Amino acid sequence: MSDFLQFVFSGLTVGAIYALVGIGFALIYNASHVINFAQGEFVMIGGMATVALIDLGVPLLPAALVAIAIAALVGVALEKLAIEPARNAGVVTLIIITIGASILVRGVVEVVLGKQFHRLPSFSGDQPILVGGATLHPQSLWIVGALVVLVVGLKLFFDRHPFGKAILATAHNRLAAQLVGIEVKTVLVASFALSAAFGAIGGILTAPLTLTQYDVGVMLGVKGFCAAILGGLGSPFGAVLGGLIVGLAEALAAGYVSSAYKDVVAFVMILLVLFFMPSGLFGTKGTERV
Amino acid sequence: MANPALGRWGGLIVLIVVVAALPLVLPNKFYYDIAVKTGLNALVCVGLNLLIGYAGQISLGHAAFFALGGYASAVLTTRYEWNGFLALGAGAVATGIVAYLVARPILRLKGHYLAMATLAFGIIVSLVLNREIWLTGGPDGITVPTLRLGDMRLRSAETWYWITGGALVVVTYLALNLIHSPSGRAIRALHGSEVAAETLGIDVARTKTMVFVLSAVIAAIAGSLFAHADRFITPNEAGFLRSVELVTMVVLGGMASTFGAIVGAALLTVLPQALAGFDEFKHIVLGAILVGTMIFLPKGLVPSLGALIRRWRR
Repeated sequence: MSDFLQFVFSGLTVGAIYALVGIGFALIYNASHVINFAQGEFVMIGGMATVALIDLGVPLLPAALVAIAIAALVGVALEKLAIEPARNAGVVTLIIITIGASILVRGVVEVVLGKQFHRLPSFSGDQPILVGGATLHPQSLWIVGALVVLVVGLKLFFDRHPFGKAILATAHNRLAAQLVGIEVKTVLVASFALSAAFGAIGGILTAPLTLTQYDVGVMLGVKGFCAAILGGLGSPFGAVLGGLIVGLAEALAAGYVSSAYKDVVAFVMILLVLFFMPSGLFGTKGTERV
Repeated sequence: MANPALGRWGGLIVLIVVVAALPLVLPNKFYYDIAVKTGLNALVCVGLNLLIGYAGQISLGHAAFFALGGYASAVLTTRYEWNGFLALGAGAVATGIVAYLVARPILRLKGHYLAMATLAFGIIVSLVLNREIWLTGGPDGITVPTLRLGDMRLRSAETWYWITGGALVVVTYLALNLIHSPSGRAIRALHGSEVAAETLGIDVARTKTMVFVLSAVIAAIAGSLFAHADRFITPNEAGFLRSVELVTMVVLGGMASTFGAIVGAALLTVLPQALAGFDEFKHIVLGAILVGTMIFLPKGLVPSLGALIRRWRR
């Protein structure tokens, strides 16, 4: 039983990160119908920039805030400089653009900060908490707590704030949103910034547990994509569930089946879901216009 | 082009001339090696272009087929002492069967879902190659024996240059023929609209599966050749980034342009070597080129330049 609890703890911790990345995919997809393969790089920027700033003597909180701001700026730049000029391009072209952007970002970080692994100190020490025979790293509480706060905040933002509603309206119908006076371009930029910020927060929170390096974004991006697809593309809250499911499944498989094949779990799961439920677990079925 | 037949075969003749003349300017073995890598990438891309450029189906997992071919050759020749050519054929057939089995469920998906599914397939293959160390040697890779043709040992870079060049010319010829055949027109109809293609009596599922299997088999053969040419293969060949690289070659050169695929493969194989001196800045340059080309020449290099030349001629 304590084993099971242990696996659940680690699964939820990892799943929360996937969820944050997945939300990012969903936000950008909603606003622009682009799958942003540079999503993982925001996570990497968050962790790496924070580490770099702390090395310069900046305290954790301001360092983290600046890192989030940097990631958001990169997100805005990505939208303005790469996505907007290719507005009318096809799906494949847009995928390649974001992949190119991710290689570029990795390259810049590689040159500026080097290739070494970096570690961020844990926010509230490394003393594990004992719960029901299993141990819980305090950082896990930070990660899961941050996810809860961010998801509730996002929900309130979409429900209450006019700009949140504008984002939802744009996602539903771009033209109609434009007709009622919503600045669709601002919504696009804001979605990229928001999505980048979510990714960066994930990167900062997870850096104390997993180390960070210029290329950690690749696998995280792919897993976040899994989470987003599993939850039904374009549903940020579906992506949260998707992320937690992927994280839990990985941890349980690693614990009970084979830790060597833990990474396979997410992908086998996503294939099965796509084969039998092609719109994800919580997505609505689309129809093709002829 | 004014005369499509001239454009079609003219391009093939240019390719043959380039392959035949290139050794005149290749100074040493190092350059031959790059040429061989270019040719093998081009081989994969000509096949992948049939799928992406003509049938309009993306695959972010094609490196897996390349690696399956390569590993089939490596494992069968080292662990079971098969003849190299037999192993190559077996690898191609086995990869074709794998591709056939995954094609039906995968190709029902569209757009981003298809991208995700092919990506997942590719990553699963690369993880298995990494983990089954008893068979594949794991992350360290596996040494592959020299390919033998009778008593002849196919070892030198020059020999491999001619093998790769020959294979590229043959596959390009077959691809061009396919594209301009009735099956090819059926393939191209899918790109426009699957529903429209279906109402014209095209078996959409069958046509997609055929192109997918074909491109996978070509990739597998290229993989087998690569394993013997390099005499070494690692699971990196199946990796996600490698799949992305292959798609990028096709898109950069120009989708739905067989010669575009070859040009894209050549550029992205040679460029990193040319940038080797500025190793640090390699990724920045590569990323910037990708983004820039896609924004300013969204149709890819060869079709965009072709359009430019035509406008200039008028």
